[in-house]
Amino acid sequence: MNLRAISALALLALVLAAAVAATRGTSLPPADLVFNNGTEIQTLDPATVTGIPEGRVMRMLHEGLVISHPKTLEPVPALAERWDISDDGLVYTFYLRKNARWSNGDPLTSADLMWSYERFLSPKTAAEYAYQLWYVKGARAFTLDVDANGDPVHPFSTVGITAPDDYTVRFELDAPTAFFMEIMAFYAQFPVNRKCIEEAQRDFPSTWRQEWVKPERLVCNGPYIVEFRRINDRIRVRKNPYYWNRDEIALETIDVLAVESYTTMLNMYLTGEVHYIDRIASNVVQDLVPREDFVPEPYLGSYFYRVNVTKPPCDDKRVRRALALVIPRRQICEMITKSGQLPSLSLVPPGLPGYTRASMRTAATASDANEPVTDAAADRAEAKRLMAEAGFGPGGKPFPTLEIHYNTSEAHRDIALVIADAWSRELGIDAKLLNQEWKVYLDTQSNLGYDVSRSAWIGDYADPNTFIDLFVTGGENNKTGWSNAEYDRLVRAAARELDPTQRMALLGAAEALLMEELPILPIYSYATQDVYSPRFGGFYSNLKDEHFPQFWYWMDDRELAAKRAAYPADGLHTLVEATGPRAGLYSPAERARRAAASSPESAGQAR
Amino acid sequence: MLRFLIRRFIWFVITVFTVMLVSFTLMRSVRGGPFDGERAIDPAIKANIEARYHLDWPIWRQFAHYVGPFNLDERRALFVTDDAGFHVVRTGPDVDAFGGVLAGDFGPSFKYKDFSVNDILAQSLPISILLGLMALMFALALGVSAGIASALRPGSLLDVSLRLAATAGIALPNFVIASFLIILFVFMIPLLPVAGWGSIRHMLLPSFCLGLVYAAYIARLTRTGMLEVLSHDYIRTAHAKGLAPRTVVMRHALKGGLLPVVSYLGPATAGILTGSLVIERIFFIPGTGSHFINSALNRDYTLAMGVTILYTVLVYALNTIVDIAYTLLDPRISLEDE
Repeated sequence: MNLRAISALALLALVLAAAVAATRGTSLPPADLVFNNGTEIQTLDPATVTGIPEGRVMRMLHEGLVISHPKTLEPVPALAERWDISDDGLVYTFYLRKNARWSNGDPLTSADLMWSYERFLSPKTAAEYAYQLWYVKGARAFTLDVDANGDPVHPFSTVGITAPDDYTVRFELDAPTAFFMEIMAFYAQFPVNRKCIEEAQRDFPSTWRQEWVKPERLVCNGPYIVEFRRINDRIRVRKNPYYWNRDEIALETIDVLAVESYTTMLNMYLTGEVHYIDRIASNVVQDLVPREDFVPEPYLGSYFYRVNVTKPPCDDKRVRRALALVIPRRQICEMITKSGQLPSLSLVPPGLPGYTRASMRTAATASDANEPVTDAAADRAEAKRLMAEAGFGPGGKPFPTLEIHYNTSEAHRDIALVIADAWSRELGIDAKLLNQEWKVYLDTQSNLGYDVSRSAWIGDYADPNTFIDLFVTGGENNKTGWSNAEYDRLVRAAARELDPTQRMALLGAAEALLMEELPILPIYSYATQDVYSPRFGGFYSNLKDEHFPQFWYWMDDRELAAKRAAYPADGLHTLVEATGPRAGLYSPAERARRAAASSPESAGQAR
Repeated sequence: MLRFLIRRFIWFVITVFTVMLVSFTLMRSVRGGPFDGERAIDPAIKANIEARYHLDWPIWRQFAHYVGPFNLDERRALFVTDDAGFHVVRTGPDVDAFGGVLAGDFGPSFKYKDFSVNDILAQSLPISILLGLMALMFALALGVSAGIASALRPGSLLDVSLRLAATAGIALPNFVIASFLIILFVFMIPLLPVAGWGSIRHMLLPSFCLGLVYAAYIARLTRTGMLEVLSHDYIRTAHAKGLAPRTVVMRHALKGGLLPVVSYLGPATAGILTGSLVIERIFFIPGTGSHFINSALNRDYTLAMGVTILYTVLVYALNTIVDIAYTLLDPRISLEDE
């Protein structure tokens, strides 16, 4: 009966082995900053990822020609020291800094960038964001014209990207593209290391994985390098010792967590295990609103309903307008979303510099386009009149059952319920809810298998074009069946327009047309949901909710007190415990500046 | 014994193959694909991505390629980069002739492109196993002792309250218990970390929550088993011999009384391993449970298949082990006349 002893021993050995394997690598010392990224990211390759969580990691490991200022989103020099834009807006020339290096110490030159752009645009790489560089001459044809093997027909030299010397890169565009600098600050354009990729290819000739992004192999050029990675748990990054601006980097290590549960991430934040989370469940919003660590800001996103305009009765513009008029936007923002979202009568969210939003017509004209008057009785009367005019309602045809299609989620369901209720109460429409699992929902939407479908769009760059461009005829993201030649013409004209005021006017005219035709029913515009320790410095909730780690640091008690002294007395800045090191954590350069400022003789010089 | 194992193995092969075939077909018949996102991508680019993962092949060929062992992928090297760093068509002696599940290769993850399914399972399974074993230990320790205590004094106040607690343990879902314990041990009495994985302190709450339901079942099974055994003649004989009550219970009664618990251990272990996803989510534990759900939602075909196959093998192996353990505990049972 030794079998029993053997099996007991085997079980014990299994437990021990599992314990060793499962806790391997977790005896890491705590990181200087821990933030939650919300999910596991797809890959560390900047060229082939999409998504907001992915972007946060890309901005730590890789760096492009420029980055965005955390507060103003203006381009800030990064790999490029400076740049010229030709008067016609068609040629962008970037002058690279000579001290830029890869994380293995090699210098970074224009050849690295050229190779990265070729890889990014190559049809074989299948980069989803390749279209962002299609504003460059010949780039679109390079990606899309392929032979039977899937190889590009045109050589890369036909693309309008050139490197006149080792430290200059020039882009020639098809049309002046006002937001091209912003595209250059976007992670998809960040360079990758040729040697690193080729060596991995040589060492692992046939493998499923992207070997080159393994922590022990990855060579990158951003402020941080990967130290440890465990799927669905964390990515630990460490300051890149070869980063050109390393003296300005304050945080030595950062942990990027993949917590998916809203409750768990909030718990971890409240116990100080995480310093920054980017989203919250709507049932806790009310408790967070008065706190100093939760200050929602307008965010470049719109929440709206798509209408299938190919299917009666919603092919009738009057019906769509009636539906749009009775949506209780204010009620939705105040009772359901509750955290700084703004009722919207337009597609484009507020806050884009130089752009005046075009709103749909309502009974009351708003004095401020950012605070539209909605939920008005006059609008409901007008909606009833339009329905009668379209032949529905008392004495007319019965209105067929209308399905509100949304992806399974409590928040979407609540909003759909309120809207269905308003439609049934005001217009006598029998509105039903139809929820589908995410991928099925996407499929239904693309195939126009819906009546009215919940939708949202987050802008790629801070320009109205990222929204307006959606609804051109045949656009992949149109998904409404709507097509309007005048709209297409306006969008095309705006793309060619050099004068910024004129261009914004053209886009505004396009939006006005869209809001007249209403293939989409606007509902609200987004707000950021960042909750972060008041001590966390260099971090600002901005329109794109885009944050570059180059600017992050920890405030000491003095700086924190100064920040708090400047709070307005609005009851929205109740002090909470500021997690993070009390002594602060500043970059070497900042420490030197502070030391210089505090010693008496140099203080005199500084003034 | 050997005949039993051979027979089991044949059924094992049939089971796994059936599971693969059914789950592959089911998964592919669901709408939506791994590369559909809110941002529709250019059809040409999407076609390139799909070709890389052979989604352009007829479904039978994809299945044959997935199962293996012969590598149908004359373009296998599409996953590989050439000298210029681009994915290229390559064939040749260094491209594996064998592939697929039969060759131990579960393929690439469609969602987590830096990892193969093998990587993901190798990283997450030990964590789930450790969590599951700790939960099982909690369940056994709590369940068996409560069950014995109940059985020794049936109808007593102790018995009634233990049975009530067991019913509550079965009725309350583990996320409710988890919330209570988090409020109690993290926010009111700050003893334990709220979530995460790394030290033994991180494991206490989740494994306790995960094991509690099973502890309740085990307590009931132990009680029933013990009550039955305690009424047997051989127990009376043992008492008559003058053995201490403690020896009678521990040495003579427990062996027979635990039989129902042992047969329950197979399904319980399987349930703990596959049912850990809620607990993994609440306590932010990077185990296999979350992949079980997420891979299906992401349409990460290969990962979903990998987890399903893994669980099939685990459940099958555990049940076989339980059957063998049964004969060790009860000499009346023989594996041969199954």
